[in-house]
Amino acid sequence: MKPVRVVRGTMVPLDRADVDTDQIIPQRFLKRIERHGYGEFVFYNWAHHDDDSPIEDFITNRPERSHARILVAGRNFGCGSSREHAPWALQDWGFDAVIAPSTADIFRNNSANIGLLVVELPENDVRRLMEMAVDPAATITIDLERQTVVGEGLEATFDFDPSAKERLLGGLDWIGMTLTHEESIARHEMGRPAWLPVSTGSETS
Amino acid sequence: MFEKVWQTHVVEPGDPTLLYTDMHLVHEVTSPQAFASLEQAGRKVRRPDLTFATVDHGIPTTGRHLGILDPLSKRQVEALRDNCARHGIVMYGIDDPRQGIVHVVGPEQGLTQPGMVIVCGDSHTSTHGAFGALAFGIGTSEVEHVLATQTIWQTPPSSMAVEVSGRLPWGVAAKDLILGIITQIGVAGGTRHVIEYRGETIRGLSMEQRMTICNMSIEGGARAGMIAPDATTIAFIEGRPFAPKDANWDAAVSAWESLVTDEEAVFDKVVSIDASSLIPHVTWGVNPAQTVRVDGVVPSPDSFDDAQQRDTTIRALAYMGLEPGTAISDISIDHVFLGSCTNGRIEDLRAAARVVEGRKVDRRVSAVVVPGSMQVKAQAEAEGLDAVFLAAGFEWRDAGCSSCLAMNPDVIPSGERVASTSNRNYEGRQGRGARTHLVSPAMAAAAAVAGHFVDVREWEGQ
Repeated sequence: MKPVRVVRGTMVPLDRADVDTDQIIPQRFLKRIERHGYGEFVFYNWAHHDDDSPIEDFITNRPERSHARILVAGRNFGCGSSREHAPWALQDWGFDAVIAPSTADIFRNNSANIGLLVVELPENDVRRLMEMAVDPAATITIDLERQTVVGEGLEATFDFDPSAKERLLGGLDWIGMTLTHEESIARHEMGRPAWLPVSTGSETS
Repeated sequence: MFEKVWQTHVVEPGDPTLLYTDMHLVHEVTSPQAFASLEQAGRKVRRPDLTFATVDHGIPTTGRHLGILDPLSKRQVEALRDNCARHGIVMYGIDDPRQGIVHVVGPEQGLTQPGMVIVCGDSHTSTHGAFGALAFGIGTSEVEHVLATQTIWQTPPSSMAVEVSGRLPWGVAAKDLILGIITQIGVAGGTRHVIEYRGETIRGLSMEQRMTICNMSIEGGARAGMIAPDATTIAFIEGRPFAPKDANWDAAVSAWESLVTDEEAVFDKVVSIDASSLIPHVTWGVNPAQTVRVDGVVPSPDSFDDAQQRDTTIRALAYMGLEPGTAISDISIDHVFLGSCTNGRIEDLRAAARVVEGRKVDRRVSAVVVPGSMQVKAQAEAEGLDAVFLAAGFEWRDAGCSSCLAMNPDVIPSGERVASTSNRNYEGRQGRGARTHLVSPAMAAAAAVAGHFVDVREWEGQ
């Protein structure tokens, strides 16, 4: 994972609440076994006619938005399934950050794990960003180190999980980090009760 | 109970806490990238014996002798088979008589037990909480992390009690109760919380009913849902293939008995619901909180004070092709889907079979039963339920996730309306443009016969 410190760029406003992962990337595009190549499927059903031709007015299809790096969305963004394909697809499309009043737990975790910055701001600040984002050239800066979002007439701070912040700033290999706790893991394994099931231990298998 | 389960799995305390996972359930859709990067980093699966795989999301439910015709789904299933073989992981493949939806198979085989921490790359992992396990969905990067370390980092969640009192009336199902709860708390009401479902009503529910409730905890945004184990839980587990045996059984039971609901426990949030006032529910919109009683009408956007909710309602009505004020019982349907990790268990099929017995599916409706597992299917056939469904005009399929998320060929066509026992009525969930109404198995069965929604209480017991 590449380190994430500052995201500076233009925005795509998506003023809808409860955008679920099936909207972010519909299920029929989850059949691949690769981690990349999902960008063209972002908001697919909203962005395409039934015959798969693009709906030109849909915001992610607008040429003036094609270099945007920040998605601004309504509350409870990313609810629904645990598919990491949702943050993968947003990242593949070109987004480096998502700003919303609130986000779903698994989506937020998954995003942190792949270096997609998810920022929760108060409803009023998000409203202000939605207004600013009408201008496709309006640029804002998200600074993870300082936990600030700065744009013209807006200076907001946000809360962020300290450990996720450390990992994002450092671009750290978290499995490698966890494996430094090998002693504690092994100690826990020694103390596990004998009655707990093992998948290899069925009498009928 | 939650606190006890959490504490006994702490490997490294703190925020986040490193938790040990007792069982890692794996399926074909969210795991291939995890295995690939695990191998790329030169790492091994730490505990193949605490990992278990089955195929469910993308597999066909009919014509299995032909193999998987969709080349992409086929490649996913083959990738899982190869990954499991390479890493020594037990997998119930498409031909295994124990294959099924991972959240049906785990409990059915006795792999799901009280006090465990269970994870899976699927949000409906919350199902296993019905046994007093802490069970939650994870993403693919976390799948890789668990494969490599058997642990997972978790921010300590807040706690929420859902206190259910009053008897569930005749004809009102666990599905109606959880839809009622979600309507009350909203689709984000449980965010950052683990829910404990408590109270006399919950104690009176079967394990199947409890699984239906915990399954949909995620639809209220919760990280997990749990129900304390009791005699019902223990009786369900006893004798299952992976249940503890002999001296281990006695030790396990005494450990499980210590996980009872703490009457004095303090929760960050408490929600109460009176089950005796519930009647069957039907969703009208595009999320599971957009629900009304079967005797109600499709709501008007003007009935909401909140601007964003008004906007969401307008959008939902347009997608669903519904007019405000339409009586729910006037909504005709084209399809019925009976199945899924929410309502694909034997009790669900029995409840539906009771309704359709001696009746016929409306000729305009195409109705299918997809048992949650091949074991559920076998059990239902032993009870003669397949004959009841087939005589009524239902199709009788093999096990899998099927139309719940339509990753296999069981796609609902655009613009058509389905009464579904699954868990999500999102736009496009059951097929692009498909219009989903979530209901209980008995309600789905009644709708299949009538061709529109009916209050199944008027039929039950006749």
